[in-house]
Amino acid sequence: MAEPHPHPDHLWRNPEPRRSYEVVIVGAGGHGLATAYYLAKNHGITDVAVLERGWLAGGNMARNTTVIRSNYLWDESAAIYEHSLKLWEHLAEELEYDILFSQRGVLSLVHSQGDRREGMRRVNANRLSGIDAEWLTPAEVKAFCPIVNISPDVRYPVIGGTLQRRGGIAKHDYVAWAFARKADEMGVDLIQNCEVSGFDLDGGRVRGVHTNRGLIAANKVALCAAGHSTVLADMVGLDLPIQSHPLQALVSELLEPVLNCVVMSNAVHVYVSQAHKGELVMGAGMDPYNSYAQRGSPHVIEDQLAAACELFPIFSRAHVLRTWAGIVDVAPDASPILGLTPIENLFINCGWGTGGFKATPGAGWVYAHTIAHGEPHPLSEPYALERFTTGALIDEHGAAGVTH
Amino acid sequence: MLIPCPWCGDREDIEFKYGGSADVAYPRDADAVDDATWARFVFFRPNPKGQMTERWVHTAGCRRWFTLVRDTVTHQITTA
Amino acid sequence: MSRLASGGRIDRTRPIQFSFNGTPYRGYEGDNLASALLANDVRVVANSVTYGRPRGVFSAGVEEPNALVQVGNDTMLRATQVGLVDGLEAIGLNGRGRLSLEPDGHRYDKVYAHCEVLVIGGGRAGITAALEAGQTGDRVILVDEQAEFGGRLLGAGWNDWLETSLGALRSPPDVRLLTRATAFGHYDQNLVLIAQRLPNGGRLWQARAKRVVLATGAHERPLIFANNDRPGIMLAGAARAYVNRYGVAPGKRAVIFTNNDSTDALAGDLKRAGISVEAIVDVRAGEAVLDTFPSPAGGGGQGGGLGGVTIAPLTGGGSRREVECDLLCVSGGFNPTLHLFSQAQGRLRYDEALACFVPDAAPPNVEVVGAAAGDLGGRGQGTIMPYWVVPSDGQDWSTHFVDLERDVTVADVRRALSTGMRSVEHVKRFTTIGTGSDQGKTAGINETAIIATQLGQPVGAVGVTTFRPPYVPVSFGLMAGRNRGDLFEPIRLTAMHPWHVAHGAVFENVGQWKRPWYFPRHDEDIETAVLRECRAAREGVAVMDASTLGKIDIQGPDAVEFLNRMYTNAFDTLKIGSCRYGLMCKVDGMVFDDGVVMHLGPDHWLATTTTGGAAAVLEWMEEWLQTEWTDLRVRLTSVTDHWADVAVVGPRSRDVVRGLFPKLPLDPESFPFMAIRESETAGIPVRLHRITFSGELAYELWTQSWYGLALWEAVMAAGEPFAITPYGTEAMHVLRAEKGYIICGQETDGTVTPQDLGMSWILSKKKAFIGRRSHRRRDTARPDRKQLVGLLPVERDQLLPEGAQLVVEPDGTIPTKMIGHVTSSYRSATLDRTFALAMLQSGRERLGAMVYAPLNGHVVSATVTEPIFYDKENVRRDS
Repeated sequence: MAEPHPHPDHLWRNPEPRRSYEVVIVGAGGHGLATAYYLAKNHGITDVAVLERGWLAGGNMARNTTVIRSNYLWDESAAIYEHSLKLWEHLAEELEYDILFSQRGVLSLVHSQGDRREGMRRVNANRLSGIDAEWLTPAEVKAFCPIVNISPDVRYPVIGGTLQRRGGIAKHDYVAWAFARKADEMGVDLIQNCEVSGFDLDGGRVRGVHTNRGLIAANKVALCAAGHSTVLADMVGLDLPIQSHPLQALVSELLEPVLNCVVMSNAVHVYVSQAHKGELVMGAGMDPYNSYAQRGSPHVIEDQLAAACELFPIFSRAHVLRTWAGIVDVAPDASPILGLTPIENLFINCGWGTGGFKATPGAGWVYAHTIAHGEPHPLSEPYALERFTTGALIDEHGAAGVTH
Repeated sequence: MLIPCPWCGDREDIEFKYGGSADVAYPRDADAVDDATWARFVFFRPNPKGQMTERWVHTAGCRRWFTLVRDTVTHQITTA
Repeated sequence: MSRLASGGRIDRTRPIQFSFNGTPYRGYEGDNLASALLANDVRVVANSVTYGRPRGVFSAGVEEPNALVQVGNDTMLRATQVGLVDGLEAIGLNGRGRLSLEPDGHRYDKVYAHCEVLVIGGGRAGITAALEAGQTGDRVILVDEQAEFGGRLLGAGWNDWLETSLGALRSPPDVRLLTRATAFGHYDQNLVLIAQRLPNGGRLWQARAKRVVLATGAHERPLIFANNDRPGIMLAGAARAYVNRYGVAPGKRAVIFTNNDSTDALAGDLKRAGISVEAIVDVRAGEAVLDTFPSPAGGGGQGGGLGGVTIAPLTGGGSRREVECDLLCVSGGFNPTLHLFSQAQGRLRYDEALACFVPDAAPPNVEVVGAAAGDLGGRGQGTIMPYWVVPSDGQDWSTHFVDLERDVTVADVRRALSTGMRSVEHVKRFTTIGTGSDQGKTAGINETAIIATQLGQPVGAVGVTTFRPPYVPVSFGLMAGRNRGDLFEPIRLTAMHPWHVAHGAVFENVGQWKRPWYFPRHDEDIETAVLRECRAAREGVAVMDASTLGKIDIQGPDAVEFLNRMYTNAFDTLKIGSCRYGLMCKVDGMVFDDGVVMHLGPDHWLATTTTGGAAAVLEWMEEWLQTEWTDLRVRLTSVTDHWADVAVVGPRSRDVVRGLFPKLPLDPESFPFMAIRESETAGIPVRLHRITFSGELAYELWTQSWYGLALWEAVMAAGEPFAITPYGTEAMHVLRAEKGYIICGQETDGTVTPQDLGMSWILSKKKAFIGRRSHRRRDTARPDRKQLVGLLPVERDQLLPEGAQLVVEPDGTIPTKMIGHVTSSYRSATLDRTFALAMLQSGRERLGAMVYAPLNGHVVSATVTEPIFYDKENVRRDS
């Protein structure tokens, strides 16, 4: 019964930082590592360091619930997340690492007439964008996911659902390690335990970063530190419309297979999947207050589990093994900020809120392009900081009322 | 968290609604400011790691807004 | 049987029948499943999750990694924590739980408790702390995870002290004692969550304490060697507990393997129980257990059980010896139980002398005492030689188990490090150490030590992974409590609800409210019922329960100024006794909510909101009043539930109202549109409003909620001659859409301005209002934004689905450019056709043009129209 180790024998070197690099990426999370990988692979830029104040992929990458989908409402969102999903579909082969990507389907339950309109709008928009989307009746919901409670007698009965069959999950840690390994292999230096304490500025231009391991010069500096984006931006006098909030998640013990897809519910506030080894992985809403503490209030967990038991009575006897929180960067329109900054050679990628994991390859791809060319990738153009001045927001609140 | 409502005393955080930073003032003359300044008022808020001056409202109690200082890392609260 | 003839805290006069894996056994009152299994010589309790290796009881408590069982339909329980009850049926698990489809019949409750002192852990230190705190008269809660207080003392002959102390604790009135209660979560400002096990379910305590005393003890940790997972290998302290507390001999021939003094007492206890001690292997004496071997096949029939150990000098080489045994008691020292301390943000430091992590800086109002504080004297640790892993004989580390539950070995840790990983967190994720249901209670520190040894770093520098709640697994059902079914969220009902139920209404959830969606007659479907209800409203008279509308009472000398700032339109000129429609934007200029504002008297107003928006609007208003406009003298009160609202709608509505209020002049001059009148009918005080949300002549009759049902019944009686027809939210939606009235949240989605809706007329140019500044922004002022339009499907019977996307060229290309979407779509009895509202790019320039809705397999074509389909001249409201 021994499980074969899916991991290669070597993942990364642990180099000492050099004095200077072409590009310094601040933050070795999923996005930072993917950015480094695509800088090297797509743009031939390997003189890159990724600086990480802790252990790589130890922030939100290690804490998310691994939901992958692209069925967003607005064209701009659908485009970048679909680009990402297409990359996911070949990522294991490309990175030569079994990242346990599983397209088991993401089912969003609908509980109200308002939900229904929103769901239909999204399904129709997705289809016309070339993204697979289906509307399910309650009976079809039950057929697709037999343990969902579709009884009309519950407080908020299931009146339908939307389904993206190509959606699913992947093993978050493996994804990060896979990107790290390939980036390292191409010459990127992954520098852990290296905390940025300031920026070396020359007028309106960035020239490097001060760290606990000395000054590291760089022609370009790319910020990619979800949760701490404003902490870094404050050091360089860059204002960001970002707030940091705890987002809690939890996991159960290993269970025999019981749930075959990802299920989300906006109205009843829970999302859940069963990971490969058998644990139920769940999340819910953000804690409302600003925090960098990586923990939240227990009533959020209580509500989440009440919702889980309401939708899946079979879960009542499962146990919570562990709860935790990530610190998510939230922008006013629940959409990311990705592009140039008023400071020359300084780039920003933040504001993915609760949706960053699914965007990992896509965000890395367009961010690498943006850094390499000094101008936005077409897919990230709408995500410029400018939009808060013009009012051209990409408001995903309607579609992302629950975090996932 | 236990939030010290100045009117009702210490109460569980579920009784409150969070109001974010208390350090943003409405522009004196909104019509006179340019788009960039206006955007700062509408969308930009301090997000400190550490002491944060913030507003809460006791929605399930006295419905009063008040300001306190809370550490965003330790969650320890000092009344403003 | 391995039950000792005497001793222990079990009651041999009260036998208990139970079964394990289908075989019947007998235990005693006071047993747990683990002790009863050992007493019945059941050595193999479960198989390991990855390798399927047989595993036996390893510990005597919450830290158990091996003996995972299913009891009835309850899964993934630790045999060491399952109290024995008559008829209990248990099976061993292979590391994975099985969820049953049978409904969970347990009862789960929640208790909220407050105290000055919460003592966690009812061992010697905890009892002492509780006694001390109890004397002050403070409210004290003492909790312990076991069935009785005493902790380690229960197996150590402290019965007299326990009896005296617990007696003393029972006398102060404010001391509360909870057993079978595990504190599992320590949150900000000393909120502690406690799971209490009860026979038919559980109780979740949420205790808020001024001060928390953590007397959580210490967990013994094993030493690691080859084949250290065989049934028969257990923690030394556990062996002692089984002998002394449960009167069970966990083996016949024992070997003790230790690096500290705590095992000194064990040898004597074992001997007294008739267990021979074949060897004491002490690393301080230069020896270690190198490997173990299984019992000979057929011997006892339990394959894989311990048969003996190979002992070798620490220095390597030298002479080895084999010693036969069926019990190996292992102690590698103790780890203070600091899970809660860490959850509460306490900091740890590694103590070289004690070879464990101890509390460093405690969080405010948290105190650690006893073994948890590093006082390991009670555990008898005495001197210790830090020692972790007995080197492999050769290079095979694949049976040196670090995490028994997750089947992780030293080989896995070494492999993780060889890939380049350096962080304990990476190693955890690579190997899965500490991710089992025991959360690595016996594995975590060993993992750290192995990494430290391997990397040549101090243990303290490698550190531990973060401790997170819960300390023990907690069932979803317990956390959910009673918030299930109807109690999942409050249900809000109007005063007229019983009538609606009695008359067969089909309900719709609107926020927490139950609203009649439609009133089917006989076996009508929704479409037929709604067409009928609409026809009644347009042609005769119909009635709707509009009580769920949000209502905010606004009083004060600055009320007009306040309203002028909140709403886009002005209220200076609105006379007392009149109402006006009002629209609100958020600061970003997007439409937020709408309603009718009523001027009731001097400095007295009332604003209605959408049903779903009531709480948000009140909060929004209060926020501005209290935080920005503190100079305004205005007071707000939610009166949503105070008023019942009966909307009498249709050309015959005047007849119905006249029947109820015969003395009230109802002609349009005396009671004009948007006017308010006070009157009464049958002793019911009523406020009448000439408001319409359908375009028809209509009256909204408001009364205090407790009169609501009576008023409704009076209206129904007065309307009977006119065949008055009750209608629900669906017909209401159709009627308003025919008139082009928006619904906030349906036509709008937080990205729509009043201008987009064609409602520039409601934006005052004379005054500032919230959101006005945003309308000038470049993107917000774009002329080609999505705008509200009407749509008439070319096929007059074809219904556009709400949410359909619109395109200019339905040429089937994907992806295709979308220019808008359908927000509302209905069959109209009045128009005798379908129609829709949509948000359409440059919509007002496309009037008369065709747009297309590509759907799944077909395309619906529609003509763009003005978003008003009925009575454009607004004559019907005065008809």
